[in-house]
Amino acid sequence: MTEFFQSLGMSYEWAWAVATLAGILLIALPLMLAVAMIIYVDRKVWAAINLRRGPNVVGPFGLLQSFADGLKVFLQETIIPSAANKGIFILAPIVTFTVALAAWAVIPFDAGVVLADINVGLLYILAISSLSVYGVIMAGWASNSKYPFFSAMRASAQMISYEVSIGFILVCVVLYAGTFNLSDIVMAQKGHGLGIVNGYVFNLLLFPMWVMFFISCLAETQRVPFDLTEAESELVAGYQTEYSSMSFALFWLGEYANILLMCMLNAILFFGGWLPPLDWAPLYYVPGIIWLLLKTFFFFFMFSWVMATVPRYRYDQLMRLGWKVFLPISLLFVVLISGYLMATGHYGAAA
Amino acid sequence: MSVAHYIKSFTLWEFVKAHALTLKYFFKPKVTINYPFEKNPLSPRFRGEHALRRYPNGEERCIACKLCEAVCPAQAITIESEPREDGSRRTTRYDIDMTKCIYCGFCQEACPVDAIVEGPNFEYATETREELLYDKAKLLANGDKWERAIAANLEADAPYR
Repeated sequence: MTEFFQSLGMSYEWAWAVATLAGILLIALPLMLAVAMIIYVDRKVWAAINLRRGPNVVGPFGLLQSFADGLKVFLQETIIPSAANKGIFILAPIVTFTVALAAWAVIPFDAGVVLADINVGLLYILAISSLSVYGVIMAGWASNSKYPFFSAMRASAQMISYEVSIGFILVCVVLYAGTFNLSDIVMAQKGHGLGIVNGYVFNLLLFPMWVMFFISCLAETQRVPFDLTEAESELVAGYQTEYSSMSFALFWLGEYANILLMCMLNAILFFGGWLPPLDWAPLYYVPGIIWLLLKTFFFFFMFSWVMATVPRYRYDQLMRLGWKVFLPISLLFVVLISGYLMATGHYGAAA
Repeated sequence: MSVAHYIKSFTLWEFVKAHALTLKYFFKPKVTINYPFEKNPLSPRFRGEHALRRYPNGEERCIACKLCEAVCPAQAITIESEPREDGSRRTTRYDIDMTKCIYCGFCQEACPVDAIVEGPNFEYATETREELLYDKAKLLANGDKWERAIAANLEADAPYR
């Protein structure tokens, strides 16, 4: 895009700045739209599984429900509790939202269609998703109220626990791909399964890793069955309890943007990203972004499906699963996979 | 823990089964009715919004016996009465506080002339509390508006009383 702006007569520096800004807008604005629609999908899926109809009044099939909710929230008064730490209280939703958007910089939507094609893309995502704990813990602390505080404690412990096993799972993928660059990871999956199927998930050693990655994603985004931070029956609304109006909406948007990011990571790391499911020439006529969005949508459906199916974990069960099941298993698989790769002399593409 | 238990828990067997079940439900027809556009059938005995009825010649039925006021367990009804010019006893005031009413239906059971009835209407939400303090004019207007439905319901229910 930089070349395009240069052709309009800008110097390279200006063209680069404008192109980057345009790229950010091109990702962030459709993302906001996608979040609004995905909330609608979420509600429809739960409703369908509960034999209900879900939102169906606002707009055709209720498609505009999220926008109506957004408008309602926008018109509300922002209430800041008098006992709250005002600065941090306001900063917390901003941090959550910004961090949720920042991770999208390295997501490759198609071959070469990525805002920042950096070589440590996966590390960047790990770093950013660790940062999102801060928004939660700041909100819980600044609210100066007991339930948000409990919720923030739970959230930070939970996210850190599962990040550890996510780290090991990603190491398995990186061992296979031989690169941290997300675009290269996608390309390394081309024809991975029997030379015809695209995606690491069809590898017997990586399939269990995908299952664990998916479950860890649920924990990382605090979805059911790991939504202990927002357990209504125990903690009102968790760390969001004291928030209202747009500050609440920012949490909401950030949360769903994170969920979408995790769905997309599932698609990129294990299901071949923008590549079609089969390495078969006619399928490549469909634009890569369509494949990526289809896969993302499928994972989002799975997120909703899980939410409508399973009950919430107890906190000690959550911690047990994270530290005593996922961590040893993922560690074992790192050893297994690196051993297998060493024994077969099958190193990753770039190594 | 037995080996079978380990295999079961590591293949997430219970979860797979649960998700298969919910996926089956996902494709089942919805049981929720499309409320503002579709409505559930109501029993003829349904006790909804109150109405004061009239005789076919336009004369109001209520004779101000105050049985309803006496029987009302929530004391939601207030009646004042005076003889009319022609000497018949009529209400000058017939108020029902709909925020107090518990919709027990005792008033219509007590009424000797089928004047006060609870009709089939249940969609009378208001924006202010004051609108729910019904007076005689409002109740009579309800009666005029819902007379056909109320008369049909009373007739349908009559054999069972």
